[in-house]
Amino acid sequence: MFSAKAHNRNKMKFLKFLLVGIFFGIVLVKSEAVSWYRIYEMFKFQSFHMYGIIGSAVFLGVLFIWIFKKYKVKSIEGREIDLLPKEKGVARYILGGTIFGLGWALAGACPGPMYILVGTGVFSMFIVIAAALLGTFTYGLLQKKLPH
Amino acid sequence: MDYILQPWPWYVSGPLIALVMLILVFFGKTFGMSSNLQTLCSIGGAGKFSDYFRLDWKAQRWNLTVVLGAILGGFIATQYLSDGSAIALSAETISDLNALGFNEAGETLLPPEIYSWENVLSLKGISVLVIAGFLVGFGTRYAGGCTSGHAITGLSNLQLPSLIAVIGFFVGGLIMTFFILPLIFGS
Repeated sequence: MFSAKAHNRNKMKFLKFLLVGIFFGIVLVKSEAVSWYRIYEMFKFQSFHMYGIIGSAVFLGVLFIWIFKKYKVKSIEGREIDLLPKEKGVARYILGGTIFGLGWALAGACPGPMYILVGTGVFSMFIVIAAALLGTFTYGLLQKKLPH
Repeated sequence: MDYILQPWPWYVSGPLIALVMLILVFFGKTFGMSSNLQTLCSIGGAGKFSDYFRLDWKAQRWNLTVVLGAILGGFIATQYLSDGSAIALSAETISDLNALGFNEAGETLLPPEIYSWENVLSLKGISVLVIAGFLVGFGTRYAGGCTSGHAITGLSNLQLPSLIAVIGFFVGGLIMTFFILPLIFGS
């Protein structure tokens, strides 16, 4: 009986992440942030749309993360909310970021939208995802030789 | 209901993306989509080749569940929550794209010139997708995050490394958009 309970708890744990993912997928499609065209338009500075999305998300993110920390809000796991600081460094962020940006503007999709677009029925995206896995694998092989 | 079926404006979408990030943080996790690429390589046995992939992937199952949900969300949004409106791109964007040979700008989410099977199954077409995917996968893990991890979560947490990464995203994106796309698609 205990194991059945644990099993249910486990299922519930994953259900909430599934729901967050579904919500995320819907928001990114409805915002058109998954569209290659919107990414092109953003990099051409021809519309406020993507800047408004990212800007308002970051504005509210900064505000609420600050509130979480100030009032020591606890996560449902019972720990105080404290996001891991990113490792110090410059080279990896500017070089990795630039390489990522080249791919982002060509594919018109970053990792989140890649998965979401499969759901919208664009199965040629599997090629991009497979290539992204190959890119990640290559990074893993070269990691110790690259400047960070 | 019309408001749901029409495209959502930025001032609705942006706050909802912040909400996704905050919910994941409240759940004791973080918002980072590119980590899943590392996890998937680990599951595929990449740990045999590099320490980078020797991780406890079972601890990352929650994030793979988010990915599964995101795929379902993409399906639900296009099947049940869309009225098929074209993307309201700016007139300049449409004319710039026409000049590059993209003739249906905004009619669908993605340009058939890049993603239709007819174009994908050519040497040029498949090269574009493979190179684009490779750059995204390599770059995001080198930089330690993508749009969700750096631009949304990292900036929200006032992380200088994330700001540097986002500047990098734009350096790369601008080089591709202004200099390389015209070479690939311009005639």
